Amino acid sequence: MGGYAGYVWSAYGITLAVMIANVWAAYRYHAKWRERALEEGMAKISGRQPRVKKIS
Amino acid sequence: MGFMHWFYSLASPPHVYRLAGRACPWFAGLAGVFLVAGAYGGLVLAPADYLQGDGFRIIYVHVPSAYLGMLAYVLMATSAAIGFIWRMKMAHGLAVSAAPLGAWFTFLALVTGGIWGKPMWGTYWQWADARLMSELMLLFLFLGYIVLRESFDDREKADRISAILAVVGVINVPIIHYSVEWWSTLHQGPTIAKLDEPSITMDMLIPLLFMLIGFTAFFGWLLCKRLQGEILNREKRTRWVQELIRGASA
Repeated sequence: MGGYAGYVWSAYGITLAVMIANVWAAYRYHAKWRERALEEGMAKISGRQPRVKKIS
Repeated sequence: MGFMHWFYSLASPPHVYRLAGRACPWFAGLAGVFLVAGAYGGLVLAPADYLQGDGFRIIYVHVPSAYLGMLAYVLMATSAAIGFIWRMKMAHGLAVSAAPLGAWFTFLALVTGGIWGKPMWGTYWQWADARLMSELMLLFLFLGYIVLRESFDDREKADRISAILAVVGVINVPIIHYSVEWWSTLHQGPTIAKLDEPSITMDMLIPLLFMLIGFTAFFGWLLCKRLQGEILNREKRTRWVQELIRGASA
């Protein structure tokens, strides 16, 4: 890499890491709201209140 | 009739959810093929630059990141405006989904630009540079949009107020693009914006075009996945979501 290897590989490495993290985050985001929707449905069936975030 | 029918169908959450679900694997496949081919072309096949040597290869991740940051902002502002004017929930959902992706790509453009700048300019960062500062402003606009939304408990209010910020901030996009022409900056001028007369040769340009297509498909993939999550968030109490979830769990 003609003396630029550190710069080139670190730029590609950071890009790859951010892209992988974004794939994980997008799938996690979808799964989180799927679980919440499931909880809402279960709460409706059993007559319980769905889990809500406590605000202090 | 055709266009209007298609436009109104985009206001239907179940329709958009299924559309996004169907598009995801196509975008993912396209991204995989073009990113691998583009990275191979950029790192192996493209010749070293006569001035910058192999250091120029950072262009293959820097330019697509910067372009996507701006594309994400324009998409976010346009869909937020549509949501604001026509009160279309799905348009706000799209804007919300684009914001974190745009912020990350803008962050990548700044970081890879800094890494490229060190061997070429002798510094990672230059506060007086118009391109760098307008790009940093873009990151702050994305973060401001996300934080502003989080500060409201009422989603409808969050949609409307954050849409105003998104639309006002779009003025920064042409400033980023033309900053290298309007001001004397450390950052180089446009490389491929003038497609009829690009400043780089074809063997360097083709891998860059591959990377641009690959990054765009990657963005499309994650945008669809995030939009599906956002639709579930907004519609979780509706009958169609409950049927969908129960159907998938059964």
